[in-house]
Amino acid sequence: MQQYIDLYNEHREAFHRDAPAALNALRERALQVVAGTPLPPRGSDDHEAIDLPEMFATDYGLNVSRLNIDPRLAESFHCDVPNLSTALWCVAGDVPRPTATALRPMPGVDVMTLRQAGQRCPELLEQYLGQAADISQPVVALNTLLAQDGLLIHVHEGVTCPKPIQIVNILNATAPMMAVRRLLVVADSGANVKLLLCDHTQRDGVPMLSLQVTEVFAASGATIDVYDLEEATAATRRVNASFVSQSDNSNVLVDTITLSGGTTRNEITVDANDPGTETHLLGMAIADGSQTVDNRTLIRHHAPRCDSNEMYKYVLDDKAVGGFEGRIRVDEGCPRVEAYQGNRNLLAAATARMHTKPQLEIYTDDVRCSHGTTIGQLDDDALFYMQSRGIPRDTARTMLMQAFMADVIDAVRLDVLRDRLRHLVDKRFAGQLASCANCHIQSPRPPIG
Amino acid sequence: MLQIHDLHAAIDGKEILRGINLDVHAGEVHAIMGPNGSGKSTLSAVLTGNPAYSVTGGTVTFNGKDLLALSPEERAHEGLFLSFQYPVEIPGVSMVNFMRAAVNAKRAYQGLEPLSAAEFLKLMRAKREVVELDAKLANRSVNEGFSGGEKKRNEIFQMAMLEPRLSILDETDSGLDIDALRIVAGGVNRLRSASNATIVITHYQRLLDYIKPDVVHILYKGRIIKTAGPELALELERRGYDWIKDEC
Repeated sequence: MQQYIDLYNEHREAFHRDAPAALNALRERALQVVAGTPLPPRGSDDHEAIDLPEMFATDYGLNVSRLNIDPRLAESFHCDVPNLSTALWCVAGDVPRPTATALRPMPGVDVMTLRQAGQRCPELLEQYLGQAADISQPVVALNTLLAQDGLLIHVHEGVTCPKPIQIVNILNATAPMMAVRRLLVVADSGANVKLLLCDHTQRDGVPMLSLQVTEVFAASGATIDVYDLEEATAATRRVNASFVSQSDNSNVLVDTITLSGGTTRNEITVDANDPGTETHLLGMAIADGSQTVDNRTLIRHHAPRCDSNEMYKYVLDDKAVGGFEGRIRVDEGCPRVEAYQGNRNLLAAATARMHTKPQLEIYTDDVRCSHGTTIGQLDDDALFYMQSRGIPRDTARTMLMQAFMADVIDAVRLDVLRDRLRHLVDKRFAGQLASCANCHIQSPRPPIG
Repeated sequence: MLQIHDLHAAIDGKEILRGINLDVHAGEVHAIMGPNGSGKSTLSAVLTGNPAYSVTGGTVTFNGKDLLALSPEERAHEGLFLSFQYPVEIPGVSMVNFMRAAVNAKRAYQGLEPLSAAEFLKLMRAKREVVELDAKLANRSVNEGFSGGEKKRNEIFQMAMLEPRLSILDETDSGLDIDALRIVAGGVNRLRSASNATIVITHYQRLLDYIKPDVVHILYKGRIIKTAGPELALELERRGYDWIKDEC
């Protein structure tokens, strides 16, 4: 971590220059934490499958002076989710850029960079930025120390965002590179918004790390869906920490989908602060090769009648490693909370490994909480049954793996995305999605004939 | 069509089939009867290539090919079909996708183009009628939540879809009430022709009232110990299996 502290100290002025004051105000504290708190190594609490020090050990470059961002990068990206009309932003490295679809005004919906927000609505940043994210965690502190920009999505009171907001993160570099990204989502009371986050890396073989902190604030009665989809190369490392703060009767869904990648660590912390909230956490991971996917979730019920539903499913093949650390906490004096957690895992190879740790911490009597975890293999009887009907073994395996994921896909509350996900999962299982071929900058095609 | 010669097979090192000999010709219906544990279901599992069983000796020729050298799916493509005693539930895989994958895999094996969605659905509709299978069932996951009778009807529906040359019905009558039995047997009879053959594995004479066999075999301790005409089934029904056991 010292290399990043040195980098920050050396370029302090550049980090601060255009960043919003609300972010700069957090830097000193961030620096203290980064300097004083080591990253937890593999084997420490809630880090059974992942080695954070190892993930950060590479000397990644940062785009401190904001140079050499290929403007074609954003345009080169062809979304894997067609037919979905979105307001699309691209984040090339850590530089956000709107596409034409994001420039059309949506009344009551503000999407802008954090730099712009520092100029236009500093008081909103003051109120929310860094208020949900726990800066005492070294990952959050490092992000806070090194972030130079990010995105703000603000949906005003009672407004339903007319179309999903899509953010495509792209990372492409010729040398090891880290992108430090920050996202702040504020939905005022009664607001309704759906977000689709697509995380991509290009150029196979170059180590790249994305370090992302997302804060989501759902005011009274607000509804927010976040679909976070990673399709990255095997050399990619992703550390994502999301913090959700919910007021009364708000409804938040976070769906974390790892279709491909290298080493992935997702942390989600939800605070259900007032009565009547509803929280849905969904997760799906498909990993093969020597991929690692680790999800840590923490849902804290601080009020009565807060419901949460959690389901994470993994299919692990080859030497892939999965991790799931799920914790539900119900505070004292919070009756009639209903909280359910499930983690189901399919090991498609004897060499794949899954670490799972479901945890319930309950300090109130009158609640309904449960957790369930399974680790299993494909059903041999079903495989033989399908083969006996003429379905080739490989096809049968793929069909069974798809079937295993069916319920987490069905839970997606965005029709087009649900259909598309089904297709992407099919492709992934058929082995056609190992590389993110869609987003490479295309050289002109040779003429036909 | 099918020639089984001195077939031996074992599961977990325990020999179950101990020298089966059987010839089935096109147009014939063979019944294989026998007491529990005699090896009836093992025979159907071995013929269809269930990996839980290992063949320890003998040969099986199907349409001139070495059946035992083929994978389970290739056996299906060659025209072998097993109606399972216990059809497997496959949550999350719809009947439509399941059948489409099966039908098109067979067509690919035969060098034919896959059926279009419209052609396929038309075929589904037509074949459903053979066993009066509810359209609602055809839209559900494979066998999931089906009653015992519905599962068996679904087996015969799949048989109608795949048009096998040799069908093995393994205890298709078990768990069926008399109405379901009539429907299932009626379906089987409608699918019979001079060019295909059927092996009916059953414990009781009852099913043979509906599906008339040409030949009846008695399997006991892994061997066929008696072969005769349909009258043998009636005799078994009357006298039980004990006299057979005494005879050998």
